[in-house]
Amino acid sequence: MIEFSKIPGFVEKREALGETTVVVERASLRAACTHLRDELGFNVLVDVVATDYLNWSGKGVAGYIGTASGRDLNLPMTQGLQALPEPKPYRFSVSYHLLALRHGAPRLRLQTWLDDGEPVDSVVSVWPAADWFEREQYDLMGIRFDGHPNLERLLLEDDWEGHPLRKDYPIGGEPVRFSPAE
Amino acid sequence: MSATVQHTGVTRRWPIVGEPPYEGSRIPARVPTVLDVPAGITPMDDILQVNFGPNHPSTHGVLRLIVDLDGELVVGLSAVIGYLHTGFEKNMEQKTWWKAITYPERIDYVGYQNNELTFVLAIEKLLELEVPEKATWMRMLLCELNRIHSHLVFLGTSALELGAISMFWYCFRERETILDLFELVAGQRMHTRYFQAGGIAEDIPSGFYPEARKLVEWMPHALDDYLQLLDKNQIWEERTQGVGLLSAEDAIALGQSGPVLRASGVDWDLRRDAPYLAYDQVDFRVPVYTAGDVYARYRVRMDEMAESTKIVRQCLDRLERMEGQPWIADDRKVVLPPREELHTSMESLIHHFKIVTEGYRVPAGEVYVAIESPRGESGCYVVSDGGPKPWRVHFRAPSFAALQATATCSQNALIADLIAIVGSLDAVMGDTDR
Repeated sequence: MIEFSKIPGFVEKREALGETTVVVERASLRAACTHLRDELGFNVLVDVVATDYLNWSGKGVAGYIGTASGRDLNLPMTQGLQALPEPKPYRFSVSYHLLALRHGAPRLRLQTWLDDGEPVDSVVSVWPAADWFEREQYDLMGIRFDGHPNLERLLLEDDWEGHPLRKDYPIGGEPVRFSPAE
Repeated sequence: MSATVQHTGVTRRWPIVGEPPYEGSRIPARVPTVLDVPAGITPMDDILQVNFGPNHPSTHGVLRLIVDLDGELVVGLSAVIGYLHTGFEKNMEQKTWWKAITYPERIDYVGYQNNELTFVLAIEKLLELEVPEKATWMRMLLCELNRIHSHLVFLGTSALELGAISMFWYCFRERETILDLFELVAGQRMHTRYFQAGGIAEDIPSGFYPEARKLVEWMPHALDDYLQLLDKNQIWEERTQGVGLLSAEDAIALGQSGPVLRASGVDWDLRRDAPYLAYDQVDFRVPVYTAGDVYARYRVRMDEMAESTKIVRQCLDRLERMEGQPWIADDRKVVLPPREELHTSMESLIHHFKIVTEGYRVPAGEVYVAIESPRGESGCYVVSDGGPKPWRVHFRAPSFAALQATATCSQNALIADLIAIVGSLDAVMGDTDR
């Protein structure tokens, strides 16, 4: 049995659908990662993923029929949100999926929460694999990773404006490069 | 299910086996993915900066490497990716779960069925949906065929880049047979969209088994041919052995997975160590090599093709005895009703209409599902808010992780080795850029 409560900055542990999520304070993220790697043997950083929860549990819309803005999911007779999900404490979550290369292949989701503009400590010094993973999340979600040696855009062009995976970034409407309209 | 371990020295702690190809770490100190020109070299030393790609055929798509050359020696390297970024993750948030299944296949367009499986398994995990046995075994069969297909593309193209042109024709001959099998089952050669949440889209056509058997019988001979053509070729050996070294510790630190990890002496395969589908019920071996060079990566993939053929044969044995069994779960809120019922049943028509127009609801939650794709750990992180569209979808792309090792593998490399190294990491740029 893994002792999670000794992780620096431990907030809570959640078990759902056979997966373990440990939430830690944003300030002690790097200490928590070092502890997980050295004391608990989570030697592989599999993935880093940020999620934007703007308007989470708000009024959802779906479908292409009805009005241009879609169909209200909370109306009766729809297949939509009949129960609103639990509200989230902050706008963004950053999840670190960890794997321990040993029998049973234990996995852990380390999660920290933050609001817009707040930075997270980079874990490149703990797992070099975090280099591109963090750059991708910076590029697409606009999460700043403090202490990253090379925090630049990775997938988009260097002069791209905005962070497309944010919920307030609209789909469509981007200027088409090299078109007459430009 | 025992691993072959080619090593002579003391066994290190499992899963790391064998002797490391070099001592210490070779990961660049400043930025792990950028090889800086050494401090001793000045602009007076005639350093040539070359753009390798993005439109070079040996970059397997649109990878751009900015290489600093001192003569033929690579002294600096940084990778530029994103030329194939198409915003799959953003697009999938706009589609219903049912429609979003078409996207993952197009992310890794060589290992498509494996990618599709990751997403479908994630939906099923959130829905807590039971999948019929027949669908599980068919998924496994197609994923293994897809693994052979992917390794054939790797072998054909990377041998071609090193001058072994005939390998390309032989590999693509067998690849063609596999694509024909996909077409027979799903009607499409690539991007089959055959997996549904709950099972597979259609029953397996009766002509599939004998055709698949033919391939299974032929494949060991084809693999022998490849070995005869390449393995006894002195040029191939000299171009690949001792090139692009990566030790087990460095591979783990850089988050490597799949054949790259196993070629560096890490005995790790999710199919055996964290079984999904029915991999715990089939017999196969996990090939492990310890040299950590381009040759080892090639050998791992060669051995894997043989193992996948064995798995396909076992799947066929099981599937042939499942004639008449259901291939998709009987859950009308998630699974489309059978086509013929639409003419006679009002309820079926309503369910069909609802699923196609509004989609089905998936309970709120977050899951991460990982499988062993041909390129390594392919993962899918999904957040649902309880509605008919995913709130957030993210793919852990094995090619993306593999390319992070380019700088480490290219220490002391020559410019010609770079082609062998990039080929051996087997990155699919669609997967890298998403």
